[in-house]
Amino acid sequence: MSQLGEGIFEAFRLIISLDADLLQIVFLSLRISGLSIIIGTLIGVPLGTLLGLKSEKKTRLASKLIFTLMGTPPVVAGLLIYLLLSRMGPFGVLGLIYTPTAMIIAQISLATPIIAGLTMVGVRSRGKDVVETALSLGAGPGLITWTVIKESRITILGAIITGFGRIIAEVGAVMIVGGNIAGQTRVMTTAIVLETRRGNFELAIGLGLILLILSFFINSFLYNIQRGVRSN
Amino acid sequence: MVTSEMKLRNNFKRIQLQLFIVPVMIFSILLSAGCGRDETSTDQNLSEEDKYIHLATTTSTYDSGLLDFLNPVFTEETGIAVRVISQGTGAALETGRRGDADLLLVHDRATELAMVEESYFVNRHDLMYNDFIIVGPESDPVGILAAESVKEACIMIAESGSKFVSRGDDSGTHRMEKSLWNEAGVETKDRDWYYSIGQGMGDTLRFANEVFGYTLTDRGTFEAASAGLDLVPLYEGDPALYNYYGIMAVNSTRHPHVKYDYAMEYINFLVSEAGKELIESYEVNGTGLFFTDIELD
Repeated sequence: MSQLGEGIFEAFRLIISLDADLLQIVFLSLRISGLSIIIGTLIGVPLGTLLGLKSEKKTRLASKLIFTLMGTPPVVAGLLIYLLLSRMGPFGVLGLIYTPTAMIIAQISLATPIIAGLTMVGVRSRGKDVVETALSLGAGPGLITWTVIKESRITILGAIITGFGRIIAEVGAVMIVGGNIAGQTRVMTTAIVLETRRGNFELAIGLGLILLILSFFINSFLYNIQRGVRSN
Repeated sequence: MVTSEMKLRNNFKRIQLQLFIVPVMIFSILLSAGCGRDETSTDQNLSEEDKYIHLATTTSTYDSGLLDFLNPVFTEETGIAVRVISQGTGAALETGRRGDADLLLVHDRATELAMVEESYFVNRHDLMYNDFIIVGPESDPVGILAAESVKEACIMIAESGSKFVSRGDDSGTHRMEKSLWNEAGVETKDRDWYYSIGQGMGDTLRFANEVFGYTLTDRGTFEAASAGLDLVPLYEGDPALYNYYGIMAVNSTRHPHVKYDYAMEYINFLVSEAGKELIESYEVNGTGLFFTDIELD
């Protein structure tokens, strides 16, 4: 119990002191997960819209595949990306293993199926009506696509929030492909694992609390956008 | 009616095409970004930015804080940054074998020598040693404090059926532990007193602490973690428990991309008299953890 208390104390001490190492870890976490979610959205939303607009019969297998991938254990995704990017792997010459880029690739592979899957569900529920209405009003294909995405925006934002929650909190993939190198590829979750292993529970709990606080602010932000979108 | 349906279908096709093109474009941009990186990293004349080495090492050297103590001195002297990846010895050896690190600092002497023989690694040095100890609850229910050899201690634990917590992660410590059970002629597979938990040293110590069990640990990690534990050292000193750390470079003939010259600078720095003195001077809780006076055949 006292360790929990000390952990909370440690968290506030870290936040107030603006420790340079901590800031670096926090910014790296945000940079990696933020970039991953942006790229994951750019891939996942069009993919999900495409599948959602097709008839359910045609996309049965693709849907099942995406739903399965939504539950990929991060360690498994990490291991696959590791084997691809490792020097002996097919993309070894790129020299990407143990870099933030490798971590971003791993997190994209985790976030994309979630965004694509949830977008697909949202678009499927009302996409067809939107297309037909837009067509009857004489809209071109570009405008129609945009309208479908716009009309499903609440679901899509929900998909992005879910995806972000998953990757900012995952440790298995970034540990394997990033290597938890101090100052280079150490993010919040891998730092927590390290400090737990070293027996620095207070520091680990402190870092965990900071992660939760950050998640709270980011989710509040996204939630507000979603609410604004809904009331429009 | 027919025309509007055709129009609908046509538009659908174009929408689908658009939706397909976007992900493909992003993926190719990503790939080309990756390729751009490649040219700089395989360039023979390494730029200042690339002045770093990847050192794959074991959790025991990293968690004890030794590398945090040594590396800044090295970086100060040479300008070469050391990026440390700490794993179990098994994983670290595999990382090196695949060429994902430039050099290794690990402790599984027999395997290291075998892999040098197979030309995966070169310029191996016996750098330092520390020792393993058996720790357990202060009450020592089995009474291994009175054991005369590590073999006897192992047999006593096995016969009493008292809990023993094993790393079970193919680390150097785990490999040492397996060889001890082997020497003692004890079968641990499927024994209900034997907990193989597949975790790092710090986690294993905490597990043993919670279940009032015994475990084998390197002295460094134990000293570093002992503040939060009720465990005490119960058996130590048998020469069979010495733990030798080897340092070696990844063979640049096998993996031309490795930073062999920088790796050799690091190895030469550590095996020099000054480097050894630095290692010996490292203390946790006032106890020296690593020793360099190695006499091996």
